Amino acid sequence: MNTLTRRKLITTGAGAAGLAVAAKLASHYGLIPPDSGGIYGPGETLTYAAQRVLTRHSLAREFSRNHISTKPFANEVSPLGEEFERLKQGGFAEWRLQVDGLVERPGSFSLAELKSLPQQSHITMIQCEEGWSYIAEWTGTPLSSVLDLVGVAPQARHVVYRSFQPDWWESIDMADALHPQTILAQGMNGGELPVGFGGPLRLRVMRQLGYKSVKYVTSLTVTDNIKKFGQGLGSASPEAGYAWYAGI
Amino acid sequence: MIGTNPQMAEKPPLRHTSLVRITHWLMTIAFVALLLTGLEIVVSHPRFYWGEVGNVNTPTLFKIPVPASRSMVPTGYGYTLPDQNGWSRYLHFQSAWLLVLVGLVYVAVGFLNGHFRRSLLPSLADLSPGSLAKSFAEHLRFRRPAEEEAWSYNALQRLAYLVVIFLLFPMIIWTGLAMSPSFVSAVPSAVNVLGGQQSARTLHFALTCALVLFLLVHVVMVIVAGFRSRTKAMITGRVREQAE
Repeated sequence: MNTLTRRKLITTGAGAAGLAVAAKLASHYGLIPPDSGGIYGPGETLTYAAQRVLTRHSLAREFSRNHISTKPFANEVSPLGEEFERLKQGGFAEWRLQVDGLVERPGSFSLAELKSLPQQSHITMIQCEEGWSYIAEWTGTPLSSVLDLVGVAPQARHVVYRSFQPDWWESIDMADALHPQTILAQGMNGGELPVGFGGPLRLRVMRQLGYKSVKYVTSLTVTDNIKKFGQGLGSASPEAGYAWYAGI
Repeated sequence: MIGTNPQMAEKPPLRHTSLVRITHWLMTIAFVALLLTGLEIVVSHPRFYWGEVGNVNTPTLFKIPVPASRSMVPTGYGYTLPDQNGWSRYLHFQSAWLLVLVGLVYVAVGFLNGHFRRSLLPSLADLSPGSLAKSFAEHLRFRRPAEEEAWSYNALQRLAYLVVIFLLFPMIIWTGLAMSPSFVSAVPSAVNVLGGQQSARTLHFALTCALVLFLLVHVVMVIVAGFRSRTKAMITGRVREQAE
C-alpha cells in the first residue's frame, strides 16, 4: 500500500508540474486565448493552441473566378445611424482609420490613402458560424502594410479593431494580423465593397469565421496586453458568449 | 502481490475491463453533449447544401422542417427560436476534444491489449451468410439472449461496434475538422476530397443521424437483454451479483 501511495503521489506531482510547465510554455509561445478562463476554457485553449501550431503560416484556400458566388448573402446589421449616412453621402471621403497603441507613428488614414498602398485580391470563402457561406473576391490593403508604415513595437501581441457600430470590436493575434491574406478590404468582386457587406472598410481575416471580419472598421490599436480591453476576454464576442478564436 | 489478495481470487473475471467501462461512459458524456449542442447549432441554419458554399439565396439539398434560431432564415414558421450558439459552440468543441482524446486512448490500448482482436473481431464462421441471417432474424424478434451470451458479443454486435469505432467516429471527426476554415488552410485536402465545405457539413449531419440510429438500436438491445444487468455490467464490470 505504501509504495502505491508514494507512486501515486509522485505521478500526481509530476503531472501537476508538467501541466504548470506546459501552461508556462504555451503562454510564452502565445497559445493561450484571452477567453481561456471559465468552464469552456480547457477546450478553447486546446483548440486555439492546436490550430495556432498547425496554421501559423498556412494560407486560406483560394478559388478560381468561376467559384465566386453569384448570390452572396450578408446578415443584417443594426441601423448605422445618421452620422454613417452623412459619411456615405460624401462618398466616405471623410472616413478615417485611426491607428494607435504600441506603434512608433500613430496616426490616421483616409480610404484614398489606404488605396494608394499596394492592393491585393483574394478569392476566398467567408463562413458564418451559423453554417452558411459564400465565395467572393476581396480587394484591399494588407493589414501588414499598414502596420509596417506605423512601425509596430516588437513586444506587440494583438491588434484590436473596432467597428463604426459601437458594440462590435474584435482582436487577432500577430500571426493573423501579419498574415499575408489579412486585408483591409474596400472592394468586392471587382466593385466597391457594398455597405451591406461591410463597406467602406472591412477587415477580412480569411482563416476565421465571419464574425472576426468586422464591418465598418474605424480604428486599430496594437497592444501587448489584450486583458486591458473591454472585460479582458479579447473582444466583444466572448462578452456576448461567443468564442474569441473563430478558426473552427 | 495480486495473488495474495484473497478477495480477488474468488471473483470471476470481469465482463468489461476498466478501460472499456471508463471510456464507454466518458464517450457517452461527450456524445450526448455533442449531440445536444450540435442540434442547437444546426437550428441556426437548418438548411443543407452540397459543394463548397450555400446560403439562403442558394437552393438547398434538403431542409429540416424546424423553426430556425435566426430571423434571416426562411423556415415557414412565424417565430424564431432563441440563439444558443455561443455556449453550444464552446461546449461542442470542448466535448469533441474529450471524445477525441478518450477515443485515442481507447483505440491505442484496444490494439495493444488485444481487446479488438479478442472481443470485437468476428470469427470467419460467424460471418457466413447463413449465420448472419440467423442472428439478424433473432435480433428482429427481440429474443432475449441466454445468460451465457452475456459474456461475449455476437457477430452483428461486433460488426456494428467496429463500424461505429473505425468508420463513423473517424468520419464525423474528419467532417467536423473539414468545416474549420483554419484547419483546412493547413490541410486543404481534408475538405477538397469531400467535395467542399458545405458537403462536409451535410456529411457531418448524415453521420450524426447514423450514430443516433446506432444509439437507439444499442439502447433498445440493452433493454431487450436486460437493462439493469447489462448497465450494471458496464458500470461494475461484473455480470452477476457477487456474494459478499
